[in-house]
Amino acid sequence: MSAGSDLVRRSAADLADALASGETTSVELTRACLDRIAQVDGAVHAFLHVDAEGALAQAAASDARRAAGRPASALDGVPIAVKDVLATEGLPTTCGSRILEGWVPPYDATVVARLRAAGLPILGKTNMDEFAMGSSTEHSAYGPTHNPWDLDRIPGGSGGGSSAAVAAFEAPLAIGTDTGGSIRQPGAVTGTVGVKPTYGGVSRYGLVALANSLDQAGPVTRTVLDAALLHEVIGGHDPKDSTSIDAPLPALVEAARQGAAADLSGVRVGVVRELGGEGYQAGVQQRFDEAVQLLVGAGAEVVEVSCPSFVHALAAYYLIMPSEASSNLARFDAMRYGLRVLPETIDNPSAEEVMRATRDAGFGDEAKRRIILGTYALSSGYYQAYYGQAQKVSTLISRDFEAAYGEADVLVSPTAPTTAFPIGEKLDDPLAMYLNDIATIPANLAGVPGVSVPAGLAPEDGLPVGFQVLAPALADDRLYRVGAALEALLEKEWGRPLLGLDKLDHRIPEVTR
Amino acid sequence: MPEISRDEVAHLADLARIELSDAELDHLAPQLSVILESVASIAEVAAGDIPPTSHAVPLTNVFRADEPEPCLTAEQALSGAPASEQQRFAVPRILGDEQ
Repeated sequence: MSAGSDLVRRSAADLADALASGETTSVELTRACLDRIAQVDGAVHAFLHVDAEGALAQAAASDARRAAGRPASALDGVPIAVKDVLATEGLPTTCGSRILEGWVPPYDATVVARLRAAGLPILGKTNMDEFAMGSSTEHSAYGPTHNPWDLDRIPGGSGGGSSAAVAAFEAPLAIGTDTGGSIRQPGAVTGTVGVKPTYGGVSRYGLVALANSLDQAGPVTRTVLDAALLHEVIGGHDPKDSTSIDAPLPALVEAARQGAAADLSGVRVGVVRELGGEGYQAGVQQRFDEAVQLLVGAGAEVVEVSCPSFVHALAAYYLIMPSEASSNLARFDAMRYGLRVLPETIDNPSAEEVMRATRDAGFGDEAKRRIILGTYALSSGYYQAYYGQAQKVSTLISRDFEAAYGEADVLVSPTAPTTAFPIGEKLDDPLAMYLNDIATIPANLAGVPGVSVPAGLAPEDGLPVGFQVLAPALADDRLYRVGAALEALLEKEWGRPLLGLDKLDHRIPEVTR
Repeated sequence: MPEISRDEVAHLADLARIELSDAELDHLAPQLSVILESVASIAEVAAGDIPPTSHAVPLTNVFRADEPEPCLTAEQALSGAPASEQQRFAVPRILGDEQ
């Protein structure tokens, strides 16, 4: 066992302590992550771009701050991977699309600027479904990411690169974005923790928009406490985002530490009747039910709640999201950045002809499907019937949440209806792909926060299952309290965390070579 | 429920400025029909008196303080452009031959 593999297996909180005590340095730690990436990423393909030089320079600067007794934050020196949908000055940002191949943004997204200010070296940019459109990362123009638990299976999506990087111990921390479940569902199928904060809780400035009213960036980690630490770094008001909430974040790290004591006396947990049962894989349902019993054992009061409008959430989402996406993706017009394709058959083509040729060559199938669907739903004559109706359904879903939060402090469900499916299985069946998001979408439509915590392995296939906790808007601390409690209770049962190098490495051929 | 025809998809692609090949139209049109059929239920769900929600967090007219801040230089702003000229984006012709 090398010193490097000992470092990469540790949690971010633990690494922060090791940096503070002088047990290791950021350079040593960052090099260990880069070595691990070099070793396994050929098989996993979590990264689209690795910035070894930049990360090591940032690590050296971090070590200098530590040596001078002036660390920039608790996580100063702990490396991180960033989903390729956030603008990074000087580092390529492609959104998984050909249309942005080679684009290097001239500015940082606010989330990225906050990571830099807090001293976290950026290892590189992670793979994703094109413009965050998908649940499997197969819609990346640069090839799929593979689930470290089984390389023939999907790592979830759209943030499959971030979840796989963290699950494969290539990075202790990553940033994801969640429009309909793209942080939480990848967390579920890779056995990692993923948090979608309250809408407006984390700045969207510099986040390339899929659907403005739904997009939210958040932490991707291996422990609940790590997610809370990272959330406190990236969260909070940003004047550059007009939908940013101008209020302090709740005490998230404190809530995670409180939760770890696994005492949930007085906490009311609502099991959502509509998010479970039929359509959910047996082993997923079983692990979920067992986890609920653990919460009861820790003193939680469990009630069943009904949210009847949730059955319409998927339909509303697949109207609102493509409508906003079709409008957002209009900016890729071959004029100011990204790809420009001149049609071969036309002499002296017009701007419009260049646009058509570029958008055909630059967008993949799923982006085209959603642009056309959105254009349809927004066209006059259909607008009220589709987009207008979908917005009304959002109101009904918010009302369901409100009523449910009258009876319970948090709501719980399985995060995704199944475990990771084989790569290729749903690629050309958009509807089957969309069903992956059935339990995660309601939170996006209502703007409420959610977390996925590993709940064990499904007995029938030995693959990870996710447990989702949802809280009212602005009460993100409840996610961390209940999430950390469940994590502590499960790890006590298992005698160890779900993820471990020993469990994974025989599944990644490069490592055993 | 609305079938979406191949011609209609071609028209929408035209509006969205995407040149689709015949093969792509054959491939996408039936898929879009299936998706539309699956969201059709939405029409009957919400009654007329339900207000629409555009954003989960209701905020209106949010402005930051009106203070000058450093911004991108022309060179930075043009750094990703496919073509530029005289500190401007250079674009293909925007008028037809006859104009």
